[in-house]
Amino acid sequence: MADPRRPDPDALLALVRDEEARQHRGRLKLFFGAAPGVGKTYTMLEAARARQAEGIDVVVGVVETHGRSETARLTEGLAILPRRAIDYKGSLLQEFDLDSALERKPALILMDELAHTNAPGCRHGKRWQDVLELLDSGIDVYTTLNVQHVESLNDVVAQITGVTVRETVPDAVLERADEIELVDVSPDVLLQRLREGRVYLPDQASRALERFFREGNLIALRELALRQTAHRVDAQMRGYMRSQGIRDTWAASDRLAVCIGPDPSALRLIRAARRMAERLQAQWTAVFVEVPGQVGETAREAVVRAFRLAEELGGETVTLSGASVADEILAWAQERNVTRLIVGKPLRQGLRARLRGSLLDALVDGSGSMDVFVITGEADDATPPEPVRRPPPFAQYLWAAGVVAVATAVGLALRAVLSTTDIAMLYLLAAVVVGSRVRQRPALLASVLSIALFDFCFVPPYYTFAVHDITYILTFGMMLTIAIIMSRLTGRIREQADASRAREQRTASAYALSREMTAAREPPEIAAAATRHIEDAFAGRVTFILADQDGALAGDDGVARWTFEHGQIAGLGTSTLPASPALYLPLQASDRVFGVVRVVPREARSVVDPEQRQQLESFVRQAAVALERAALAERNQASRMEVEAERLRTSLLSSLSHDLRTPLGSIEGAASSLLETGPALSPDARRELAETILGESRRMTRLVANLLDMIRVESGSLAVQKQWVPLEEVIGVALIRLDARLSDHPVTTTLPPDLPLVSVDDILLEQVFINLLENAAKYTPPGSPIEISATTREGEVTVSVADRGPGIPSGDEQRIFEKFYRASQGDAVGGVGLGLTICRGIILAHGGRIWAERRAGGGAVLRFTLPADGAPPESPAEDLLEEGAR
Amino acid sequence: MTDGPLVLLIEDEPAMRRFLRAALGTHEFRLVEAGTMREGLAQAAGRNPDVILLDLGLPDGDGLDATRQLREWTTTPIIVLSARGQEQDKIAALDAGADDYLTKPFSVGELLARMRVALRHRATGGEVPQLFEAGALRVDLARRTVTVGENDVHLTPTEYRLLAMLVKHAGKVLTHRQLLLEVWGSHNATQTQALRVYVTQLRHKIEQDPARPRLLLTEPGVGYRLKDA
Repeated sequence: MADPRRPDPDALLALVRDEEARQHRGRLKLFFGAAPGVGKTYTMLEAARARQAEGIDVVVGVVETHGRSETARLTEGLAILPRRAIDYKGSLLQEFDLDSALERKPALILMDELAHTNAPGCRHGKRWQDVLELLDSGIDVYTTLNVQHVESLNDVVAQITGVTVRETVPDAVLERADEIELVDVSPDVLLQRLREGRVYLPDQASRALERFFREGNLIALRELALRQTAHRVDAQMRGYMRSQGIRDTWAASDRLAVCIGPDPSALRLIRAARRMAERLQAQWTAVFVEVPGQVGETAREAVVRAFRLAEELGGETVTLSGASVADEILAWAQERNVTRLIVGKPLRQGLRARLRGSLLDALVDGSGSMDVFVITGEADDATPPEPVRRPPPFAQYLWAAGVVAVATAVGLALRAVLSTTDIAMLYLLAAVVVGSRVRQRPALLASVLSIALFDFCFVPPYYTFAVHDITYILTFGMMLTIAIIMSRLTGRIREQADASRAREQRTASAYALSREMTAAREPPEIAAAATRHIEDAFAGRVTFILADQDGALAGDDGVARWTFEHGQIAGLGTSTLPASPALYLPLQASDRVFGVVRVVPREARSVVDPEQRQQLESFVRQAAVALERAALAERNQASRMEVEAERLRTSLLSSLSHDLRTPLGSIEGAASSLLETGPALSPDARRELAETILGESRRMTRLVANLLDMIRVESGSLAVQKQWVPLEEVIGVALIRLDARLSDHPVTTTLPPDLPLVSVDDILLEQVFINLLENAAKYTPPGSPIEISATTREGEVTVSVADRGPGIPSGDEQRIFEKFYRASQGDAVGGVGLGLTICRGIILAHGGRIWAERRAGGGAVLRFTLPADGAPPESPAEDLLEEGAR
Repeated sequence: MTDGPLVLLIEDEPAMRRFLRAALGTHEFRLVEAGTMREGLAQAAGRNPDVILLDLGLPDGDGLDATRQLREWTTTPIIVLSARGQEQDKIAALDAGADDYLTKPFSVGELLARMRVALRHRATGGEVPQLFEAGALRVDLARRTVTVGENDVHLTPTEYRLLAMLVKHAGKVLTHRQLLLEVWGSHNATQTQALRVYVTQLRHKIEQDPARPRLLLTEPGVGYRLKDA
């Protein structure tokens, strides 16, 4: 069914819409050239004449003939739209008259020089804007353009020719062109034309333009124009293939990576990468390798700037860390299936690079199937910033010297048993130990000190720096080299370990945060947890500013407000309000901003570091997601409660209207009979009426009491005042209270003699017993027994009230605890169906459980548990003594 | 009219007053009514009633205040009338010197029983008969013997003191505090639970069905009451 060769329906639809729009829009044809003088205007005019010959209404909007007779001759016979004179600073400028063109509404209009800038006072600042308006009104347009005016190629052209062109046309306008015709002549022909004076050059810029028209430049420009057109043709081809469902020829998608360094040329590299990526329709990533301990403050800022540009241009950014830039990049690139790697051309090759091979060599060597592109990284400011490094603390020098001193002392003590070679090894050991603990300079000091002391103390003649045996000089040289190499190696390992430890810590805290976020329920809880974790991971002070219920942000912090309203990061280290001492991150969830996180870092650097920033943003995102989840949960809860409340209101109303009105009706009836016909009634009848009133009143009393209890249980205002009481006493009260109602049922109470006191609210628990016993009496036939029993086990007391009635309808074991549930709907039973709900509320408030079971041999058992953990406090000692005396 | 005992009713609800007026009138009580605490206190001083029925929810002050003020100068029995859920007020009033309480709604029978007990205690002036009998229980305070039916019951000294205290105030509620102060000489929360244990033990010795006591009754949240003879 799903044939992969079928055209993507979405793509087709887009194509159809595009077509529809084109029906109403004018068609744009672009005559594209590499340089002035290639004959674009001429070609355009020829094409226009051909169209006119077909009977099409052609009007010349703007055509600059620059006094060339060949070109001027071609305009003959074409209708020319009068220019509009504009007074600009005293001089009259002839400009294209857009309004009269729109009014005239020809089928085709000629608009020379698309990149032209209109004089102030025209509707649009640029001619291409006029063209767009013409197209929108349904007029076809022919226009001309040189490659140096294409915006995305602008800096390439400037680089090739050294001439910066200010008038540019956005690439989007080019993309809108329905047809591009490349007007191409070879550079030789063009130069010939130039020499013959057939190319128009404005006087004032003649010198610059002379530089422009050099053969090398022209070749490069021609290539650019050809490539641009080819790219365009390619895009059309792809569009065609998409519409025809052709997929086979699609190449595996390219993936680009551009390696940047901490210098301004990075920006240029990133732009180049973007151009290439666009052409290849490929994803691209800017990569920076941080060599631990070698990136200073200014360098870091340069990288951050470059990364920001990359992100703005739609690329990803990655920071790697390791000792070898080439190895790190290659490993990462292979893992990510990068097909093209872009690197800058090294500007100056130092001695070191010449000896050890440059980064570029290493990359090319290890690139395997990857293509490596080398691009000139020429920058406006070619001096790469010096890495700023803090000098190592003095203590490190001291420590380094100390280790060497210890080595010397050991050597002196053991010189009788150790050979000179052993002592040399001892010094090497010292150098390695120092290298593993301190930075480079103290390590270097240790190495030099080692050699000096070795010479002084152990090489004859002793205690002078003089050397008899000349071969020792060689030994010193080798020792020094080995010492330096070893200390640098160990130092690098240490730095790498430090860096990965820091990263690991951040990963761990990210994990811990996400775990805690899942557990947190309330916004303050979430904010507190996130604050703690962010403060742990980033040195600094973190404040959550949460929006209130109405979605307003408290406080008068302007940056916070801006961040909240725009949902964008601001403050320190960003491009918005960077003077602020804090970084502000929005708590942006899918549909709204929950507030702002304000981070005041201890070191401004840490928020600028892209990796740290990324991590910070991911923390904040997590918190935002957690907040959103909490908000949704709250909303769900609220709506559930609303539904529940609505249901309660409805059933309460129907219940109340019945259960309250019935007894009231009886009371009113009986009382009025007594009052009106009292004397005439027999004593028996009077008594019966009085009993009716009494019985119904009691029924109502119970009902109202139940309702009030229910409200207390429901509203959560049930205050449990626990006391240690004997269960028997509570049962006793309930039984006495229900004496009359239980008169038809034999009730037995079986309690184990060792039943401990229970910690309960005796009045509430008594209510539980009353409700359970009342229920048992209500739903069972007269004469059937009711059995109360209790057992104690594993820290809880289980109490059961069992009857021999009809039992609980199957499947209703849970429902009987619901509000307004009544086993039989008949009036005979009475009650609102709140008794068991109240029981459940009370038992839950005691930390127990309540449930119903069908009883073996018929009937129902209601059981509940009460926690019996913790012994009651000891009885006063004197009682025990007293009892013992007896 | 008659010279039955004079009852002062301090109650603000007209319906309640009307009900009590009708009920007490037919049982040969004379009734004085007051709708506020101030009026009630004035009536108590002016009319010297034999028993006072005091509602706890008066518009111009709580019953506890009224009880304290009355106890400053009179030993007239006070029976507190309270709504359900006013346990703490009730206990406070009892500890402040009220003699008994009734929870609304109550029946006329209950009210008359309480009033009779109160009037009797007032009439005997605290003098206790040496022999107490209720159901099968028989307590001889002079000889310190307790029997249930034909059988002698052996009580520990604490149990006996507890029972004796209840016997002396038979028919009247005794709060946990009152019992503890009398039997142990002091009271605190741990002792309350000891008191409950002793009462349970006592029930096992004097009641036929300790889980359904007929003599030593629990007043939930308040205290205990020994059923009147």
